[in-house]
Amino acid sequence: MTTETSLSPLALEPSWLPVCTVEDLPRERGACALVHGSQVALFRTFDDTVYAVQQLDPYSGAHVMSRGIVGTRGGTPTVASPMYKQVFDLRTGQCLDPVGKDPRHLLAYAVHVADDVVSVGPPVEPGQALLPDAVERGTG
Amino acid sequence: MVQPPSPRELVVVGGGMVARRLVDALRSRDTAGEWAVTLLCEEPRAPYDRVALTSYFTGRDPDDLALGGQEIWDDPLVTLRRGVAATAIDREARTIATSDGRTLPYDSLVLATGSYAAVPPVPGRDLRGAFVYRTIDDVAALRAYVENLRDEVGRPLRGAVVGGGLLGLEAAGALTALQVETTVVEFASRLMPLQVDDGGGEALRRLIEALGVKVRTSTATSKIVGLLGRVSKMEFADGPGLDVDVVVFAVGVRPRDELAREAGLEVGERGGVVVDDSCATADPAVWAVGEVACIGGRTLGLVAPGYTMAEIVADRLLGGEGTFPGADLSTKLKLLGVDVASFGDAFAAEAGGLEVVISDPVAGVYKKLVMSDDARTLRGGILVGDASAYAALRPMVGRELGGDPAAYLLPEGAAPAAAGDLPDDAAVCSCNNVTAGAIRCSVTDAGCTDLAGVKACTRAGTSCGSCLPLVKRLVTTELERSGVEVSNALCEHFELSRAQLFDVVRVQGLTTFSEIIGRHGNGRGCDICKPVIGSILASLGTGHILEGERATLQDTNDHVMANLQKDGSYSVVPRIPGGEITPERLIVIGEVAKDFGLYTKITGGQRIDLFGARIEQLPKIWKRLVDAGFESGHAYGKSLRTVKSCVGSTWCRYGVQDSVGLAIALELRYRGLRSPHKIKLGVSGCARECAEARGKDVGVIATDNGWNLYVGGNGGFTPRHAELLAEDLDTEMLVRTIDRFLMYYVRTADRLQRTAVWVEDHEGGLDAIRDVVLEDSLGIGADLDEAMAGHVEGYEDEWAAALNDPEKLRRFGSFVNAPDQPDDSLAYVNERGQARPATESERAGGSLLIAGTTLEVRR
Repeated sequence: MTTETSLSPLALEPSWLPVCTVEDLPRERGACALVHGSQVALFRTFDDTVYAVQQLDPYSGAHVMSRGIVGTRGGTPTVASPMYKQVFDLRTGQCLDPVGKDPRHLLAYAVHVADDVVSVGPPVEPGQALLPDAVERGTG
Repeated sequence: MVQPPSPRELVVVGGGMVARRLVDALRSRDTAGEWAVTLLCEEPRAPYDRVALTSYFTGRDPDDLALGGQEIWDDPLVTLRRGVAATAIDREARTIATSDGRTLPYDSLVLATGSYAAVPPVPGRDLRGAFVYRTIDDVAALRAYVENLRDEVGRPLRGAVVGGGLLGLEAAGALTALQVETTVVEFASRLMPLQVDDGGGEALRRLIEALGVKVRTSTATSKIVGLLGRVSKMEFADGPGLDVDVVVFAVGVRPRDELAREAGLEVGERGGVVVDDSCATADPAVWAVGEVACIGGRTLGLVAPGYTMAEIVADRLLGGEGTFPGADLSTKLKLLGVDVASFGDAFAAEAGGLEVVISDPVAGVYKKLVMSDDARTLRGGILVGDASAYAALRPMVGRELGGDPAAYLLPEGAAPAAAGDLPDDAAVCSCNNVTAGAIRCSVTDAGCTDLAGVKACTRAGTSCGSCLPLVKRLVTTELERSGVEVSNALCEHFELSRAQLFDVVRVQGLTTFSEIIGRHGNGRGCDICKPVIGSILASLGTGHILEGERATLQDTNDHVMANLQKDGSYSVVPRIPGGEITPERLIVIGEVAKDFGLYTKITGGQRIDLFGARIEQLPKIWKRLVDAGFESGHAYGKSLRTVKSCVGSTWCRYGVQDSVGLAIALELRYRGLRSPHKIKLGVSGCARECAEARGKDVGVIATDNGWNLYVGGNGGFTPRHAELLAEDLDTEMLVRTIDRFLMYYVRTADRLQRTAVWVEDHEGGLDAIRDVVLEDSLGIGADLDEAMAGHVEGYEDEWAAALNDPEKLRRFGSFVNAPDQPDDSLAYVNERGQARPATESERAGGSLLIAGTTLEVRR
């Protein structure tokens, strides 16, 4: 587990919300957090990186993404919707396998881990590539 | 993508299959949102699968006839107006008047009004008990009439179908399914005069008469005689009359072109809106598609050319240049269980044709190929009784067959596989107009690697499915040809197949995913390989499925030991072995359901499903059930589900063995056994088979001397009857044989492969499996026995185990930062006294919502 030594300036902004510790998240599974009234799915991958995407599954309309199976496609960390098995890139929310449907993407949220506390930030603008944590740590 | 400020208005009149296809085609191509579509659908329901209408009689719900992808109606650019008919077209003003008194403007208008069932002008056609056969409502009215009348008169009913064509035989099948003694009356000299020749008609008559349906050909109905306003007798131009209680007219369809006529559009000599090969009428804003269109001087009553027309209009509306290529009138049907196919120049109308005929009245088969004069090129054919060669032959029409044509008419299995040589432009799927080339391309260029991928990519085989065997062969051939050995790799993380992986894990004694993927795979797995390994480890008895890292392998159902439902809530099914339950326990289930506000439904497996549980409620529900002596029913697992039983010799007058006792023993023996797919068992106490055991993976039927054992049955998408594995077994031998059969299946089947397909794919088929489990031909009998003994001994209730482990219970919080706060996205409405998930529009309305389960009222 990588530990950051200093708080990112972003984490001081009011839109950031501490939601749990890394240990609260089971490794290679997801959990849902309430962030300013929105449901956000958090995932802790094998290398202890934490990702956050919307909990709403765009294909079924149910709030279930955190219950999907975590894995990899190539080197990309992924989650598969537990409902109809579409696969998404955890870093960007991009749909990697729409299972025969039109691709629909997930909103990805910025995540910051400091002193073992996981904070969720604002949604990442589509196209704004990777989250800082994911870039620094890669996916192992 | 920029959407034009106001899309142009397209009005589609008609709500049939072709109208639906037009909407699908337009919406999938019109990515810029150029058109807003309004569909006027006279029937009170969305377009449905009219071709499958007769299946309504085999117990299906009208909803089962729904065409796939209902989310199209949620598209903001699509408006479906059910129960609204168009009453007049004003071409000048470009408006259309509707039956609910509105006037809709259009920029383009598509007539897809279809046909109505023709009724011949015979006296008495208006009597009660005379029906047509066209819509769900027709079929429902027919069924209600038959059932009520039978109750009233208290004797079996007699019925007649006027018309021995395709629709008439469908209707005869429907009457037969309603246990009506049926006569088919056909004016022509043979059945299905438009599709088959005299030889085929004769074969068809024999096959149908063998099913108890009487056939009168060359017979003209002259009058229907009524009694008290009700059908009672038919009279004919020649021959004796016929006493009947119900008459179905199925003499053909007529295009519903009245709107077009009144609007001054040209109609064909025999009806139908005249269109050119782009489906356009003389008015550039009006199009016609499907059965109402008169194209090339004729109307076409099949769905495939209708779909083609729909695609053409969608293309043209977006500026395309598509034209109608001419209709392929080939048909393949199963009527009353009899295969009939007709394709190409079936009647050898073209000069100089040679006919190759095989007629076997004993086997009930008639097959004819029409060849060119040099006997090389296939022109058409007729297949009655066995149409298995249809998929391979139809795409070959107009091409050299290669080899002896007669070889194609030999029984199934003996026919050569033509698929490999099929030319690229040969149409393989005529419903969706997919060529062999397109299928090959989806493999070579689009990178599809299996049948499912090719179906999604090309839509081949997604409508009627009759071409699927051919599609599969093409895909396999193409994969092999492109050098990819047809891989049996599980997924990108494992090169091994499930069976190989099972052996490796078992022999090397591996117990964790990290070890397994570290030694035999790469990456960190996915939703394909993780559940497979979770299942393998569980089958090998490595302990609780949620222990340590194993929890990460489970699909959500196994992960929370309940069944995920469409809204994200779960359902809970306690085990009720053999379907036997005491009143006290029944009351407990009722009380739990009441206290948690759960929707309850009896399942097909003789137990009770409790729906609408939120994730944080699951442990509380289990606690109540476990305290009352229940355990997990494993409804969520790829594992043993239930052992269904009839009441057996204990109570039944006819029972010869104690089927309930055996079912309970078997269910307790195999409960919790993880397997490649779900497993269902059934036990019937006598040959009447009330437990429907032959529809199960393992079916046991009592005989006077013991038990007969059947294997490889299933319901579902491709229903199959189990086949006899062994006869007259005593109970001990029966159990040992089932032990070995199941364990052998668990070890060697593919991922998500049910027993039916496993048996079929097993080298040597059922005979070879019989050798393994009864004769121990592989010498693994003792090993299989030991493995099953280990399973039985190691069984523990997963729910109780989780309740006793705080670490496992942690995962059942709703939110990691608010574990007890209910998910407020769940919303329910009351229906028939119980909660059900609210629909999108009910949610939007807001005020309809009630506290369905124990959720707070949302306002």
